[in-house]
Amino acid sequence: MGYTPELKELIKRVEATRPARLEMARRGEHYPPLSLEEREEVLRKYHPDYQKEGRRIVRVGPNKGELFQNEVADLLESRSMVRPEKVDLSEADYDTDVLIIGGGGAGTAAALMATDHGAQVIMATKLRHGDANTMMAEGGIQAATQECDSPFYHYLDTMGGGHFTNRPDLVAALAHDAPLSIAWLEELGVMFNKLPDGRLDVRHFGGSCRKRMHSAGDMTGAEIMRVLRDEARNRGDRIRVLEFSPAVELLLDEEGKCAGAVLFNMETRECYIVRSKAVILATGGFGRLHIKGFATTNHYGATMDGVVLAYRAGVGNEYLYSTQYHPTGVAYPEQNVGLLITEKVRGLGAHVLNIDGEQFCFPLEPRDVETAELIREALERGKGIVTPTGRVGLWLDSPMIDLLHGEGTVRKELPAKFIQFQRHGIDISKEPMLVFPTLHYQNGGIKINEHAETSLPGLYAAGEVVGGIHGENRLMGNSLQDIITFGRRAGARAAQYAKSGVRIKRLTLDHVVKFEKELEEAGVENPIVAPILLPDYSTEDVRGRRWMDGVLEAE
Amino acid sequence: MAEGRPMQAQQTQEMKVATGDRPILPEGARTVPIYIMGKRYEVPETLTIMKAMEYVGYKFVRGAGCRGGICGACSTVYRKAGDYKLHFGLACQTVVEPNMYLTQIPFYPANRAVYDIEEIEPTADSVYELYPELFRCVACNNCTKACPMGVEVLDYISALKQGDIARAAQLSFDCIQCGLCASRCMGELPQYHIAQLARRLYGKYIQPRAEHLKKRVEEILSGKYDAMLEEVQRMNREELEKLYEEREREPDLTPPGAWMPKDIRYL
Repeated sequence: MGYTPELKELIKRVEATRPARLEMARRGEHYPPLSLEEREEVLRKYHPDYQKEGRRIVRVGPNKGELFQNEVADLLESRSMVRPEKVDLSEADYDTDVLIIGGGGAGTAAALMATDHGAQVIMATKLRHGDANTMMAEGGIQAATQECDSPFYHYLDTMGGGHFTNRPDLVAALAHDAPLSIAWLEELGVMFNKLPDGRLDVRHFGGSCRKRMHSAGDMTGAEIMRVLRDEARNRGDRIRVLEFSPAVELLLDEEGKCAGAVLFNMETRECYIVRSKAVILATGGFGRLHIKGFATTNHYGATMDGVVLAYRAGVGNEYLYSTQYHPTGVAYPEQNVGLLITEKVRGLGAHVLNIDGEQFCFPLEPRDVETAELIREALERGKGIVTPTGRVGLWLDSPMIDLLHGEGTVRKELPAKFIQFQRHGIDISKEPMLVFPTLHYQNGGIKINEHAETSLPGLYAAGEVVGGIHGENRLMGNSLQDIITFGRRAGARAAQYAKSGVRIKRLTLDHVVKFEKELEEAGVENPIVAPILLPDYSTEDVRGRRWMDGVLEAE
Repeated sequence: MAEGRPMQAQQTQEMKVATGDRPILPEGARTVPIYIMGKRYEVPETLTIMKAMEYVGYKFVRGAGCRGGICGACSTVYRKAGDYKLHFGLACQTVVEPNMYLTQIPFYPANRAVYDIEEIEPTADSVYELYPELFRCVACNNCTKACPMGVEVLDYISALKQGDIARAAQLSFDCIQCGLCASRCMGELPQYHIAQLARRLYGKYIQPRAEHLKKRVEEILSGKYDAMLEEVQRMNREELEKLYEEREREPDLTPPGAWMPKDIRYL
């Protein structure tokens, strides 16, 4: 494996310019950063969040009149998979206190708390229980657990990181509950990194004033997820998990309360009716929409389902226009595409270069600016490197690190990255990496209050599917904390509500009929069918040969 | 979006680039033959097994998860032409090789014992009681050979047989619960479930507890921070920015718990 001969030939251009660039770096000189005006311009023209192109006004629903990325707008203006007139709502296939839609960290935390409060739970999940972005979170989880820290500073750091656009009530809830969440996880048996006396080991992160990042090896999310899932499995008498059964529509009752969902068995293509006193949406984010064609760090099922379901039931969203991109995702080798390469690589002195081995940007601009500059160089100026699988990337000259800081620095400072590339025949201490911006996180989502309640009685939401906690920019380690804090709050609240004597009346899909009528009246032509559930990665060639599909779609 | 929108290259340029997770074959790209469950397909070299299967038209329902090598959804067994040896890997992490014969094992049935984490004694006997099959292990080491994460499966099973829960917890930490170990086990052990039990016992009962965390929880529950958090929510942007600018930064090199800031009003 390793680089192909063609790519190796191109690497020679990087090596040719390296001595002069190293000299420059040793003199403490660097490629000039952009002025504030230039920053604004490159963001405006090339950052997916700022570009006018690729966005449009949504014409229907609770966020009517607001601007969204096309891919998001298409889903907000989508029609249902379910034909309401064909659905028999007179009898439910399942009856429960709390229905949780989504089997990741937020959903599972909610399930455990709901059972603690005496509720019977059904958890419906699109893939397997635990298939979620939670599993992939490597970095850690924030909480003010140390004496020099407090929820006050957690609040302050989070607001500053979000450029003070965050919802204060949600941030206060996060900061308040964060240590409680860590204690809860410790109680469940999560193996946090600790000092020998039991003190939690903590680290700094971008934007922190106190060391607040807790971790479990370099797989914190996976450790949390597998412990929560194990506990849910121990409570199989109270938590029934329905895998490969995503919700495709919410159900209301005739009084307008949320009262269940239509589930779709992806293996048999049957639908089921779940009647539930309370419903929690915990379906995660939208990375797999590949907004503007970006690769993503997200898991296979991250397709914005919950936002779509809530939208048709009249529940709007906040900050959904805001997406977190990371400037340096892997572009080669294929098996690592989209995965993160930490900012630390550039922090240690690696230059970002085009196909000619030339620098074109200051390597440590703010993330959004850096992202825009890479996009401009590769796509507008045509100076990107095309890989054997047709991707475009730019060089990240990691061999500079050892040359600047001494042999062995890459191995010492970037052990996981070193191994990850070595596995595929690339020694990043000797050969540069190919990178391109990658879609990382859905900053916005369903509007909730600090109790994880939505505007629809009986409907709750938690995790990446909600918006407001991170404002327009999320700090590292706050996503794992947010799924636990708001997952716990949602589970407890939903169970209390379900046990408070709420009575479900006749079930209805009238909200779907009404929404689709609104689509028609707004002149939305050929709305797509959503939730899309899974991305389609078949090639144009294969799709072109699926002649039967055309026939079926025409009916 | 069942038709899969063809993601266009960005507005201003004509070069066709692959986007999302869908590869595009550039001109002159080499392909290799692979056999998916015995059936031959030509796929571009350098693709992973997962992307190669999608390239030829498979759409996964089972057998795909995080696509980053950590969730254990895409266990794959393969053999190479003319070679008796079985190889194991994750479809999202393993690159195709010419003439590989492969199949996925997206699920494997394995016995999982139910227990109450609050009631259980953190002893080896508890583990033996829940998983008596532990002693059916014949130390053949097939589990370790099958592990796509390089976990020393047999070593942690042996540690448990010797009653060392802490060692088993640490040795099994990188487990992604894909089930390949269990699929190859002569003794029919569910190694990954046993390891999960060991890790939870270790995390809850054996690893020392964080005393400072217990104290912080008490402070929060007593309402110590409620007024502070209310006050800070009422601040206008200017006041917040001022406080933000004035934050004291904990030094990088002091160990956790060793440093205190000058301003302790909000601690």
